[in-house]
Amino acid sequence: MERLKNFISKAYIFIILLFLYAPIAVLIVSSFNDSKSRVVWGGFTLRWYRGVFESDQIMDALFTTMIISLSASLIATVLGVMAAIGISAMKKRSYKAVMAVNNIPMVNADIVIGISLMLWFIKFMPLGFMSVLLAHITFDVPYVILSVMPKLQQMNVSVYEAARDLGANAVYAFFKVVLPQLYGGILSGFFLAFTISMDDFVVTYFTKGAGVDTLSTLIYGELKKGIKPEMYALSTIIFALVLIVLIVVNIYSGKEERAVIDH
Amino acid sequence: MKKKFVVVVFMVLLMSSCLMCGCNKADENSITVFNYGMYMDPEVLKIFEEETGIKVKYEEAPTPEELYTKYKSGAVKYDVLCTSEYMLQRLINEGELQEVDFSTLKNRDNIGDEYFDMCKSFDPDNKYVMPYFWGTVGILYDKEKVHGDVDTWDVLFNGEYAGEFIMQNSMRDAYMVALKQLGYSINTTNEAELREAQELLIDQKPDVQSYLVDEVKDELVAGNATLGVVYSGEGYYAGEEREGLVYCIPREGTNLWIDCFGVTKDCKNVDNAMKFLDYLCREDCAKINFDYVKYASPYLSVIETMTDKEKASSAINPSKEIINNCEIYVQLPQETTDLLNALWKELKAE
Amino acid sequence: MNKRSLWSGPYILWMIGFTVIPFCMILHYALTDRDGAFTFRNLLAMFEPVHLKAMTVSVEVAFFCTVICILLAYPLVIAMKRLGLFGKSYTILVLILPMWINFILRLLALQMILSNNGVLNHIFSILGLPPHELANTRTAMMIGIVYDYLPYMIVSIYNSVADIDDDIIEAARDLGAGSLTVFFRIILPLSVPGLLSGIVMVFVPSMTSFVTANIMAGGKIQLIGNIIEQEFITTMDWHLGSGLSVILMIFVLLSMAFTSRNDPDYGMSKIW
Repeated sequence: MERLKNFISKAYIFIILLFLYAPIAVLIVSSFNDSKSRVVWGGFTLRWYRGVFESDQIMDALFTTMIISLSASLIATVLGVMAAIGISAMKKRSYKAVMAVNNIPMVNADIVIGISLMLWFIKFMPLGFMSVLLAHITFDVPYVILSVMPKLQQMNVSVYEAARDLGANAVYAFFKVVLPQLYGGILSGFFLAFTISMDDFVVTYFTKGAGVDTLSTLIYGELKKGIKPEMYALSTIIFALVLIVLIVVNIYSGKEERAVIDH
Repeated sequence: MKKKFVVVVFMVLLMSSCLMCGCNKADENSITVFNYGMYMDPEVLKIFEEETGIKVKYEEAPTPEELYTKYKSGAVKYDVLCTSEYMLQRLINEGELQEVDFSTLKNRDNIGDEYFDMCKSFDPDNKYVMPYFWGTVGILYDKEKVHGDVDTWDVLFNGEYAGEFIMQNSMRDAYMVALKQLGYSINTTNEAELREAQELLIDQKPDVQSYLVDEVKDELVAGNATLGVVYSGEGYYAGEEREGLVYCIPREGTNLWIDCFGVTKDCKNVDNAMKFLDYLCREDCAKINFDYVKYASPYLSVIETMTDKEKASSAINPSKEIINNCEIYVQLPQETTDLLNALWKELKAE
Repeated sequence: MNKRSLWSGPYILWMIGFTVIPFCMILHYALTDRDGAFTFRNLLAMFEPVHLKAMTVSVEVAFFCTVICILLAYPLVIAMKRLGLFGKSYTILVLILPMWINFILRLLALQMILSNNGVLNHIFSILGLPPHELANTRTAMMIGIVYDYLPYMIVSIYNSVADIDDDIIEAARDLGAGSLTVFFRIILPLSVPGLLSGIVMVFVPSMTSFVTANIMAGGKIQLIGNIIEQEFITTMDWHLGSGLSVILMIFVLLSMAFTSRNDPDYGMSKIW
């Protein structure tokens, strides 16, 4: 019985992962396709991979995307965690009001956020890298808060209070007691924010200045003439890199666990 | 240890982002160019920068409307921009473009006069815009799947290919097809004619496989559809990707479009802008761009050096007859635009 | 205000600067017409048949997609818990890894799988099954939306379930509770915060996912997001576009107020 249940569990996980990863498999296959069209197989090639590294445009966009997504999601994580801690301590009414405003960027259509931020930014700063960063932080924070909030609500407040009673100062107690309990939520909030930043097109498009290009604005620009296969190649590379990191982390943490047991 | 590392990474990122925003400050010798996506070979910009020392800040927009929104908001001060005829007309009417003397361009003679004539419908004295690429809208079809020749819009309305064809998901192009099928002008302001076109399109909707903009060509190459309404450049491209895909211009006539460059009223350094425009119509640059974009070029040097295959293609090199049978979009009066918008919404919600 | 709530200070300033003020600008557009005169016309426009229809379709689609996401996500999270996949650093990453590839590219690939001549129909024909014309239908669009937002739902629920003390579950089992009882009496109630944030992250964006609708439904179905996008980009009637999006927001805020009223977790410390 247990075995059957385990088997069903595994099969189910497999099916969901298949659903999530099938389109990516198609993309990876396309990246080796020698035909320019994404639908006709023209033989195996690596030339799109060469193309990725030869194209300054793509490399620049990759760099910009990475810098923007990383800095936006890092700043958003710090802001968001602090905000979540503060908000969860609020009285019910102000809690609701703040959460409602917090939800606006998630609820609103991208295009509305994009255009309203653009109209607002041009009143006090030139559009460019910085405006995109500010916009990204703005729509990243709500996701961080949403990821951290459930953890906070489930958190055992008395542990923190106990630490304070035992003489820990607020900062120490925060880092030693509160943060570890939030760790999972913070991590997933950060990754969510990062991924959302990487993926965003509409807001980026309206808040960017000339000469600043991210991968997604590049891809949309290409839609008119068909997406260049180099983009598939680049996606495959990113995917492979993250996968490698995953595997390494997995092996490393496995070792660590064993080390703990040995002790 | 870990914590320190995170702090260091964070600081580095912050600093680098400050540096990046420092780069945004306008330097003197530069121009800002606004264009459609994939509409200029990046190589061309590199050569221009090396030759003249003028830095090009290049920005792309997916559609004329997005370009207009971004330009109009004043978000970025663009110096030169390229867009399609009806949007250019709008910009000219609103006084957003400045007059330019094209006769001062060294390479002016490389631009065919007839292409400046095409622009006269929205720029009567040829004071504002310089032709860049042009083309038509037509039907791309799969030779193996159609019965007989295709040379009329009627194939999209007579139910023969129900569920097998793709329409353009853009308002004016969709109505253009219906209006041409009915034998009306694509710029009609007559409400009765537009409503008639609307009825035709509503009747057609159940037969339409999908309304797409950019993926029409890919769907045909993949063999998912038999016919599709496409822009001429895509038509040529599809034929390159898979033999058996043919682009045709229906005999009822179609929309002729022309994309041009203009100099904005905000442009401070007109000399640089003119250098850029001059460079675009220079033989070598025009050739590189043509090979990259593969739409019909208004530059004589390109037209002369086309391959036989390109010359034979009705997508890249349509005959005079065909051109004369085509119409250029003009900007419609506000009431007609409002009506069209309402009709289009109704059609899509049907 | 107690001392702890001061922690949210920087973000509240941020919100005022970058959420509230831009929102007021939208509100301003929504309440004026092209000549700048005050009007309710843009808000009332929601009741025009075309918009009402798009709204109904959007709510329906968003509702079903959210339900499907929940139905898919819970078993997954429970299966993961069974197999002891919780607390591993890579679990979350595996789930959101697909999102690191641009979503347009993923959607185009998904469409290739579903299209008439696509991967799925090839598999069907190998298996001797009749082909399905899935592409450009409402079903395809919903598959696309579920594909887009499922990871958000999974991550939210996962986060909540991860924190349920195994001892509670074991205690329940020792006392004779079956799997279903454990789920309905322990896991579900204790994961409500995650479920709610999952709903917020899935329901509303589904209503406005115009790109997915365009690609997956072949432009034949209009969500309210498509209409808003069109008003802003094609028609350039920013006033109407703003009006519709304000209505959309009111609607959503109302539904959120409703879900949070039923939210039993406020004052979570009672459990401990």
